[in-house]
Amino acid sequence: MVDNEALERALESVMDPEVPVLSVMDLGLVRAIYQVKEVIHVDVAPTYTGCPAMDVIHERIKASLEPFGETIIHSVIDPPWTTDWMTEAGKKKLEAYGIAPPVGKASDKRTLWAPSPNVRCPRCKSERTDLVSLFGSTACKSLYQCQDCNEPFDYFKCF
Amino acid sequence: MTYQMKWDTCDPKTAYVLHLADDALILGQRLAEWCGHGPILEQDIALTNISLDLIGLARQYYQYAAELMGEGCSENDLAYHRDSRAFMNHLICEQPNGHWGDTLARQFYFDTFHFFQLEALAQSSDERLRHIAAKAIKETSYHAQYSAEWIIRLGDGTEESHAKIAQSLRHFAPFAHEFFVAAEVDRAASEAGFGPKVSDLSSSWVEKVDAILQLATLDPVDLGFPKKGGKAGLHSEHHGYLLAEMQSLARAYPDASW
Ligand SMILES: [Zn+2]
Repeated sequence: MVDNEALERALESVMDPEVPVLSVMDLGLVRAIYQVKEVIHVDVAPTYTGCPAMDVIHERIKASLEPFGETIIHSVIDPPWTTDWMTEAGKKKLEAYGIAPPVGKASDKRTLWAPSPNVRCPRCKSERTDLVSLFGSTACKSLYQCQDCNEPFDYFKCF
Repeated sequence: MTYQMKWDTCDPKTAYVLHLADDALILGQRLAEWCGHGPILEQDIALTNISLDLIGLARQYYQYAAELMGEGCSENDLAYHRDSRAFMNHLICEQPNGHWGDTLARQFYFDTFHFFQLEALAQSSDERLRHIAAKAIKETSYHAQYSAEWIIRLGDGTEESHAKIAQSLRHFAPFAHEFFVAAEVDRAASEAGFGPKVSDLSSSWVEKVDAILQLATLDPVDLGFPKKGGKAGLHSEHHGYLLAEMQSLARAYPDASW
């Protein structure tokens, strides 16, 4: 049996390929780590339905745990991953990287045409920002622009 | 490829899951045609993101359907090796993209329906469908918001954009009517409790669509006489061309892999 904390520490260094400052732990994608008869099992939640990065994430998790033994990844969709699972440390890293972190609770997004949240500019921290496009460089982000410093920036959508 | 196709004998639940999958795949494929052709970069990216979400959703449904079919059936068999008659998508999903307004009118009707369909599926008697729907509804609310914003922008825009979007909306309304006319696949699903009664979804849909049309200074929706048949496998001529493009590689090289 390997110490679970050692496995968690290894997973802290597995980064999301599309948001390379966030680890799978920061994102809250790892649901459970357990060991059965010398085999390590990891339950991983997909971020969103069409995420093309999931295969890469699974491979990276496997590779990072290889030194500890055989690893099996299970993709679990219940309960569904939401941005609420992202850690506070993760949100801070995201903002420092230049991506505005999700605002509000994911449960709000179950209603059609909810009002857009006030998103803070990650550069100058102004809240006077405009939505430029609901869909940004990846499906999990929207494109915003700051009215004060004019900087365009990505917003990690709340969902 | 050892799997033997037998769609006509598949049970009501498998048929229903295939119907859900086919809608997502066919519309996802249509939207993918915009890749590299959007009027500006942000809109090109938006439509291809929506396409990606829909194809991801289709995969979830096809994987489930393949498990239900058993006997080594795979998601690829279901997406690439069925003929037009075996597909049960709504006719609206296969209609050509037309101009930007046509694509957005089609998307607006579909997204709004899709949202209410997923809301109902989140209450399905089938656990797997409940889980898939709970996840997809959040993405779909972004799609619906996006397409509704475009309807408002075009309707409340110039005289030309108003006239064009009004024409696109009129054109797709009878196709949208098919959402609410139960086919065999819907009836079996609602009787068994894993799918909603589709006629029950129409009032929420009409209410939401009309609220947006009013903001867009457009006339309320008139569904007209339904253009239907898709859910029974009777498709428009466009369907065959779409499948030909989507399936040709997988059929020419059945063992191809990435
Ligand atoms: Zn700023």
